[in-house]
Amino acid sequence: MWDLCTNALDTAKLRGAAYGDVRVMHLRQRDLTTKNGQVGTLAQSESIGLGIRVLANGAWGFASTDRLTREGVAACAAQAVSIAKASALAKRGEVVLAAELPYVDSWQSPFRKDPFEIPLETQLALLLAADAEMRRVKGVTLTETDMQFRKIDSWFASSIGSHIHQRKVISGCGISATSFQSEEIQKRSYPNSFGGQHSLQGYELVESLDLVRNAPVIAEEAVALHSASQCPEKIGTLILGGSQLGLQIHESVGHPIELDRVLGQEANFAGTSFLTLDQLNQLKYASSIVNVVADARLDHGQGLGTFAYDDEGVPAQCTDIIKDGKFRGYLSNRETAHLVGLDRSSGTMRTESWNRLPIIRMTNVSLLPGSWNYDDLIADTHDGILMETNRSWSIDDRRYQFQFSTEIGWEIKGGKKFRMLKNPSYSGITTEFWNSCDAICKFDYWTLWGTPNCGKGQPMQTMGTGHGASPARFRNVRIGTAFSNQ
Amino acid sequence: MKPASKIGKASTGTSAGAAELLHERELRRIADTVLRLGKSAGAEETEVHVDEVADALTRFANNAIHQNVAEHGLTVSIRTVVDGRTARATTNRIDEDSLRAATEASLSLAHSQPKNPRLLPMPGRQRYRPVNRFIKHTAALSAEQRALAVQRACDSAVKKGQIAAGIYSNGQSQSALGNSRGLFAAYRETHSEFSITVQEGSAASWAKANSADVRAFDPQKLAARACEKAHLAVNARELAPGRHTVILEPAAVLDLVGFLFYDFAATALEDKRSCLNERMGKQLFGQNITITDDVYHPLQQGAPFDGEGLPRQRVLLVDRGVPRNLVYSRAAAKAARKQPTGHGFALPNEYGEAPMNLVFDGGDSSPEKMVASTERGLLVTRLWYIREVDPYEKIMTGMTRDGLFLVENGRVTGAVRNFRFNQSLVEMLKNVELLGPAVRATGEEAFEMVVPAMKVRHFHFSEVTKF
Repeated sequence: MWDLCTNALDTAKLRGAAYGDVRVMHLRQRDLTTKNGQVGTLAQSESIGLGIRVLANGAWGFASTDRLTREGVAACAAQAVSIAKASALAKRGEVVLAAELPYVDSWQSPFRKDPFEIPLETQLALLLAADAEMRRVKGVTLTETDMQFRKIDSWFASSIGSHIHQRKVISGCGISATSFQSEEIQKRSYPNSFGGQHSLQGYELVESLDLVRNAPVIAEEAVALHSASQCPEKIGTLILGGSQLGLQIHESVGHPIELDRVLGQEANFAGTSFLTLDQLNQLKYASSIVNVVADARLDHGQGLGTFAYDDEGVPAQCTDIIKDGKFRGYLSNRETAHLVGLDRSSGTMRTESWNRLPIIRMTNVSLLPGSWNYDDLIADTHDGILMETNRSWSIDDRRYQFQFSTEIGWEIKGGKKFRMLKNPSYSGITTEFWNSCDAICKFDYWTLWGTPNCGKGQPMQTMGTGHGASPARFRNVRIGTAFSNQ
Repeated sequence: MKPASKIGKASTGTSAGAAELLHERELRRIADTVLRLGKSAGAEETEVHVDEVADALTRFANNAIHQNVAEHGLTVSIRTVVDGRTARATTNRIDEDSLRAATEASLSLAHSQPKNPRLLPMPGRQRYRPVNRFIKHTAALSAEQRALAVQRACDSAVKKGQIAAGIYSNGQSQSALGNSRGLFAAYRETHSEFSITVQEGSAASWAKANSADVRAFDPQKLAARACEKAHLAVNARELAPGRHTVILEPAAVLDLVGFLFYDFAATALEDKRSCLNERMGKQLFGQNITITDDVYHPLQQGAPFDGEGLPRQRVLLVDRGVPRNLVYSRAAAKAARKQPTGHGFALPNEYGEAPMNLVFDGGDSSPEKMVASTERGLLVTRLWYIREVDPYEKIMTGMTRDGLFLVENGRVTGAVRNFRFNQSLVEMLKNVELLGPAVRATGEEAFEMVVPAMKVRHFHFSEVTKF
């Protein structure tokens, strides 16, 4: 692979590139699903190719190919330079890259059980057993389960002399039960909705989640939701479960801090950000108990945003985003770091595949644990609503106003879970919401959740991001808006 | 590794132009190789999909190109059947050893599962209605041509003190599908797109077009429209949320009604996750709503065959507000004792099928006439981040974006801050007062469809944002 990388970089240099970086990637994936006791999808795929990014005439060009011959790679590199020269026809400034050292390294994400070595029969048997447990519950009309495994090898080389090989093994799984009755569809999922939990682990992730034991629990809840009370519309106290809070962080902290959005580079598609450059170190983003970091290091956990080097050859880092409630940092790359006074990228350039340009992405953007025991948090809440497991999510294109709904809610009265609520939802303005946070549970309740489906960029790229969170409480939140006035 | 086929003209050019696709006979040769490998590996049946794409996209922001990319890729996806079991393996390596490995992987996956009682024998040879959606002008558009068009678009914004961002893309793709029962289908198309967002201070607006034929739209006209609407969008005032009459431009209609397409799948009804459960044959929408799935419509794109190689049929889904028909894959059709309609996804899958080429009947109004007929309402350019809140009533939430305008006494009187909506699509399609001509609409939430602008009463906005 290194020969291909060298060939590409040499060709680019000969054609006039002042800088180049190249990625050869080999992606392997296995997908298994079941529905109503039958196998649904059973597929595996592999994809290998090369993408090269170059700076020529002061502008960027990128080309990719799956023709991994000497000629194919050289043609691809030459095309990238030609594209860069075309880009220079409509440039309005020079690209300046923050300094970075060259690295020669090889890294593999830790895992105990290679999911591709586990017999398919074993994996399917587990999914079918969980599926059967859900179908045993009367009133369940649809059961679904899934597993997904990925193994990604990447060989990165750049014209400053880096040669970095990384291998990542990613696992994910989830189950869900749906019930249709009385002109209403209710659904419960475990351990999270939209495919479950995903992390940078091997098959040990699947084994740790105990899908079969949890299957009847969510199935019974799906059916019980039909007879639960409608979530009221009010301004009140909200407690969010960890997975929902993970998505809240993703949408209302993770995306606004992407420096490419802030600088208008995503204005046509993903949108911009309310976090204009003058807000750095000034904005009181959240209450003083809120601390958020963007941490790609393995020390933070085995999340979907964990790696050793980003796809620009910058080592993984931990960046303070919100410190004691104050806004402290953006996600940057080598091109944008200097715009926020940094002399180095924060290491967040990531690409979905060999045929996509690396762009600024969330790594693991996590809310650090607080000091509360979960039971104490519930006992301390006289009147509130606990919401768990995302059902829908939406936020404006500058990341101010959001609305989320969850699969299930629980009314908290006098410090106790009082009754189940259906169709819960809440909404708010990002900074008002985070400033209303008055309690965060401690590390015992903290999970590094995986969001495997974050879309951004044109052409669209899907990326996995990590979000550590433990349950937390928010005051004076607008609750129940999604179903108001219907 | 031994090559499976002698590859013809490929993406070996060094210009910034798009790559050339393989000739159809090369696709057929790859397919034949896989079918041979499947047979020798012991598969009772084998199906192969060969998909090739050559795309390029120029992206601009802050009035300059900041990203400019090209890709070329080919994948071979192999499904084998053995003893009532099936599975799929996909690779992008087309040497014979890799194709053999993928075939054997597919067989190994198939062997590992219980029998599938719904699995049908693969279909045999089919006849397809030809469609021509490959336009040489689109395929030939170069990076230099895109850059010059982008530069002119940005210059329009710069002259007005505005900031432009967007994309200009073109590409070509082809798919071939063959199976061991003699079926072979092939299709190629071109695609092109120009999209622009123009910001003036804190205001913004947007225009976008998409076509198989790059000559079907003019980037400069789209830029001019976005510049003009961005200027109109300045000084937005805050309006109280509530129920308003809205005039939805086609992109806004598309991104909402696009969420309905899965509901017309027979499998979705069987699974009881469709909003049409217990509603077929009833007057669900207004009498002015008629929806057809029609891949052959001149404004549509896509292959005239489905994931199993069956010819796509034109299906009347909603007739004057009454849901009449569903689309069926072969398995769903057998379960429901119906005929398949050619809308199945590639097997194996758990979703069955869906109509991918929705066409709404239009009317004789227009956004301009709708504004003129409105005493008080809101003109909506586009919608953003739409998600389903309730799957049966089809309550959707999302935001307005890039130009929300107040209409008073038949004219646009100014811009207003963006709203969040929570709106049932079932209710919305009962409340359509006027329809414009159906056009090929393109947004960011749904794939392209043929829909009209709509004037809708009592559209529910629940909250307002800060811009």
